[in-house]
Amino acid sequence: MRFIRTKAVVAGLGLALSLAACGDAGDDTEGAEVEVQEDAASEFEDGTRMKELADSGTVKIGVKYDQPGLGFKDAASDIPSGFDVEMAKVLAADLGIAEDEVEWIETISDNREPFLEDGTVDLVLASYSITDERRQVVGQAGPYLVTGQQLLVKEDSDVESTDDLSGQEVCSVTGSTSLENVKAEGMKPVGFDTYSECVEKVLDGTVQAMSTDGTILAGYAAQNEGELKVVGEEFSEENIGVGYSQDYPEMCQWIVDTITEAYDDGTYEEAFNATLGPSGVEVPELPEMDACE
Amino acid sequence: MNVVLDNFDLVAKAFGYTIALFLVSAVLSLVLGTILVAFRVGPISVLSKAAAVYVTVVRNTPLVIIFLFFQLGAGKVFDALRFSWVDIHIGQFDFTSFFTAGVVSLTLYTSCFVCEALRSGVNAVPLGQAEAARAIGLPFAGVMRQVVLPQAVRASVPPLASTFIALLKNTSVAGVFGVIEAAAQMKSFTNDYASERWGIFLAFAIGYIILVEIVSLVATVLERRWRIA
Repeated sequence: MRFIRTKAVVAGLGLALSLAACGDAGDDTEGAEVEVQEDAASEFEDGTRMKELADSGTVKIGVKYDQPGLGFKDAASDIPSGFDVEMAKVLAADLGIAEDEVEWIETISDNREPFLEDGTVDLVLASYSITDERRQVVGQAGPYLVTGQQLLVKEDSDVESTDDLSGQEVCSVTGSTSLENVKAEGMKPVGFDTYSECVEKVLDGTVQAMSTDGTILAGYAAQNEGELKVVGEEFSEENIGVGYSQDYPEMCQWIVDTITEAYDDGTYEEAFNATLGPSGVEVPELPEMDACE
Repeated sequence: MNVVLDNFDLVAKAFGYTIALFLVSAVLSLVLGTILVAFRVGPISVLSKAAAVYVTVVRNTPLVIIFLFFQLGAGKVFDALRFSWVDIHIGQFDFTSFFTAGVVSLTLYTSCFVCEALRSGVNAVPLGQAEAARAIGLPFAGVMRQVVLPQAVRASVPPLASTFIALLKNTSVAGVFGVIEAAAQMKSFTNDYASERWGIFLAFAIGYIILVEIVSLVATVLERRWRIA
């Protein structure tokens, strides 16, 4: 019997992969200035969750880390950036909590409900579409933004609408409503774990297009300027809202009021221009928010 | 549970992809694993070393990394490795680049374990058997094919069964790399019907258990049939 001892060099393979997985990080855009409420705790009634959070001086907010323009965090920065994050800052500021005292937690499409239910996060602002099914397990206030699903294709692509892609593979993220809508439009869904992997697949031509909310796609188009573009009419309506735990229904009205206030004083517009503005999207009207129970 | 029953066609299709990934990868890794073990135990030192290096490197690499490599890395270097030339449609099932990259990753990974399982079987064959086969004038291929491998395969059925059960479950990795197989479908259900998360989870777990039981059953039958009385 002879044993051959071999030294495996796996590192080389791993290194090549990690390089391939890295995209270009977007430019750092400064968000809107959000004024932190002083002595916020006294504003809230005793026994409410807002009071508890304001007293504790920190809040755990779940945002996406891989959606430029909405919720994005590169390795170099401590605080994520994007429109969702700006809205989160507005809410935190109303509790008297500054952005660097917020505990930012990455949520992916899959774990938003579990994270809210078990208290891993207090609030979710992660391009969180309001649906009836989700409202059965978590609270969703809003919408604070309405967007629709579009297509992201290569700059030189002829694709103009979903009809051009009928029966073709279109990439999106598993565990999101986007994938179901892709199927409903007669395209074949291909699911990856993150949007950035889908962007890679569009860039290398394996799939012709990826599809999700227009605001998310606009962020990627801005990040890969000259290589990718957003096309087509919106073929779904996504109402982006704020997720909170059903244990604290009092948070709903507070979220609605705070965001309405932020819209009225111009913080909303400022936040939008700083984050999604560069990708050429006009500042929308604040959608009519659903009444709280 | 209702979601699963109402969308049973989707569930069946998802498990169909799981089974397809499993079957294709199982056959291919059995072939590649047999070639590897022939190299490994063969008399040619270069091939033997090459097979050993391959097994060590690939076996020590996490499966997700291999998937990542074939989905996002390899295509950038060699255009053919994007597998965009694969475009097979059978009934409702589409076997395109994503499926192919999944099969390639699973095969390359599993064949190492198949090789080692078979090698354990080869080691179980007494040296005298090979010597006797050589003594009656059989060439290396003959020694392997007619004397050593039949006995080796018999001895390696239990470890091979474990390997294939692992392969069956490993197909779920393809779920986050573009193939809507059972795990991906489950994710999509739990996202859309968050209130029924437990029922959905249970239903898919049972699906996997049934499939694994079938693989174990086949292994048991083969073990019985090939047992020396």
